Amino acid sequence: MTFIDDYPFEAKIVRRCFFVAFTALGIGGLFGLIQALHRTGMFRFVSHSDYYTILTVHGVLLALVFTTFFLCGLFTWAVTRSLDQPLVSQGFTRAWYWLMSIGTILAGITALSGLTDAIPLSADVLFTFYAPLKAHPLFYVGLALFVVGSWLAGIDWFRSYRSWRSDNPDSRIPLQTFMVIATMIMWYLSSIGVAVEVVAFLIPWSLGIIETVDPLLTRSLFWYFGHAVVYFWLMPAYLLWYTVLPKLSGGRLLSDPLARVVFILFLLLSTPVGFHHQYLDPGIAEGFKFVAMTNTMFLLLPSLLTAFTVVASVEHGARQRGGTGRLNWLRSLPWDEPAFVGMALAGLMFAAGGFSGMVNAAMNLNYIVHNTIWIPGHFHLTVGTAFALTAMAVTYWLLPQITGKRLRHKTAAVVQPYMWFLGMTLMSNAMHRAGLTGIPRRTAEPEYPNQGITFEGIVGGVGEMRFQIALGGALLFASLVLFLFVVAATWMGPRSRQLSVSGSIPPALSGPEDNPRVLDSMKLWTAIAVLLVLLTYGPPLVSLAMNWTGSAPIPV
Amino acid sequence: MEIHRFEKLWLFVSVILIVGFIATITYGSVAAGITMVSDSGGTIQPDNFDNTGFEDPGVRHAGGDEYEVYVVARQFFFEPGSSEPIRVPEDSTVTFYVTTPDVIHGFALAGTNVNAMIIPGQVTKMTVHFDEPGEYGIVCNEYCGSGHHTMEGQVIVVPEEDWEGGSQ
Repeated sequence: MTFIDDYPFEAKIVRRCFFVAFTALGIGGLFGLIQALHRTGMFRFVSHSDYYTILTVHGVLLALVFTTFFLCGLFTWAVTRSLDQPLVSQGFTRAWYWLMSIGTILAGITALSGLTDAIPLSADVLFTFYAPLKAHPLFYVGLALFVVGSWLAGIDWFRSYRSWRSDNPDSRIPLQTFMVIATMIMWYLSSIGVAVEVVAFLIPWSLGIIETVDPLLTRSLFWYFGHAVVYFWLMPAYLLWYTVLPKLSGGRLLSDPLARVVFILFLLLSTPVGFHHQYLDPGIAEGFKFVAMTNTMFLLLPSLLTAFTVVASVEHGARQRGGTGRLNWLRSLPWDEPAFVGMALAGLMFAAGGFSGMVNAAMNLNYIVHNTIWIPGHFHLTVGTAFALTAMAVTYWLLPQITGKRLRHKTAAVVQPYMWFLGMTLMSNAMHRAGLTGIPRRTAEPEYPNQGITFEGIVGGVGEMRFQIALGGALLFASLVLFLFVVAATWMGPRSRQLSVSGSIPPALSGPEDNPRVLDSMKLWTAIAVLLVLLTYGPPLVSLAMNWTGSAPIPV
Repeated sequence: MEIHRFEKLWLFVSVILIVGFIATITYGSVAAGITMVSDSGGTIQPDNFDNTGFEDPGVRHAGGDEYEVYVVARQFFFEPGSSEPIRVPEDSTVTFYVTTPDVIHGFALAGTNVNAMIIPGQVTKMTVHFDEPGEYGIVCNEYCGSGHHTMEGQVIVVPEEDWEGGSQ
């Protein structure tokens, strides 16, 4: 039996979430192509000021809407599948879905309206919306509804878990549900920051109820949330690398307990690191930055552990398929299966993203890369590949199970991840190198002719970097079109009598029965996470609130 | 809970790596003296610069080879810096004080490690040593509105023999 037969309502919710996610991915991806061509000077057909509108929509749709909606679909599937029971209340599920959708539509339309003067709305504030740059109130209201919707979605999955718990008082939490719970607790803890920023400050300020906001305080609240959100994108990818990728490789996960340890470390450390985005901010004492730096470095640990477990599980799978030798087993992996290829390449690229992340985290090296195009070069490897390519890859495996339709155009589906990998290799390496020369991010025109500012490449020339960024961007967009084509063709095709995909996931070699029970005490881990946040964020936030300076009214 | 010995080894190496990173960064801060931009510049009212040094921004000689430069960043120029370059002599230690009355900006000298955020209500203070004569572009590297890409300026480090002294 497939998922859609067992859980038709949940399958529908997953499909609807994926529909919004992929619509956002399509529009956001197109806007990404426009930027890549515009800022490299290859092809410009929008004005410089419209570039920033396009950049805002690109960031909001991809970093927030695509990721969160995909995650909501994925987690609904993972909780339902691993607990083997339907969601508790269909009405509640519909409520969070619509709340998130309405929020998305409000924020999206407000931001898109910046492209035309016909609608008196705009939100050219980029996806970080630093005050005192101001958007129309509807943008902030949409964001708030979107976040509240995601909170309700979390409650939905918790209710499912509680109902399962009352029937299974002594069982260990199934691994996928454990991962969902850890991720959502982390999300509640971290999204408080952006909720306070938006609801207490930005909405009243944009409506004219309060005169000024403190720019450093709101910025700090944003980054309280802004690094944890990175892990909110990444943990779904980890969930898939731990549970689905080993199976696709032909084997099973090596260690269930270590997977739990990794997710607990993420829960503890994802939030008290946000100041590493503000290393170069005035008004924050060096000591707070140093604490954030050490926390950030320890956040490498769960990712390094994951690298070991996932690669070892994949190797185990390859050997089950007959692979031998020290490295020859790599040949025995299913390099013609799109779901496997996408996830494997995403994981590989994440390793590269991890290395550039270590540079970002290194407080004093940060002077060289801060606000340069190195930074988007970094996060296009993480959210733009580790997350996005994993999401696309699992769709090739999951879509048949939630639609009951077999995957169409498999050749296109196999080519797609390779193309993404190639496009991202070109674009991202050039962005990293361009960043080292000092070329800034977030600009329509990285040339400064008036002052004759030149950027000198350490490796390669600026022209060559530009060419690689534009070519890489074009390949990424072509890869995205292939993906959307395969998804649309599969989705609109007829129901298949039989599917060639099996949704079963084999248990880990070292299973949950080997777990120390303390790993499942979510209350304990939550308490420690809250304590860590209070210790790292309490003193600086109090000091910022006491030094409130406010912003001046901005002449328009 | 069983952990494979390879995994234990990996875990050990990972922790060494992390501790090593923290140690090198600490060395950079403490021994090599790469201080972070911090709260040492103090706060300021963004709509009132009277008696703060920013009411008349520019270069001031602070004695010896030390100079102070007050810069106001605005949508979309640096004052001084954009319409007239900031001039300092070679082999000088220059402390920049930068603030803004409007939105968040960036202040980066292209090709160097001078790079910081400029935030309304805060004064960004950074001390730089200019060894040799040269020209550096100032780039605003944080999005600050529709004219952001035009926000640029220049620092000219003047050779010792051409320096006429005093404030510019």
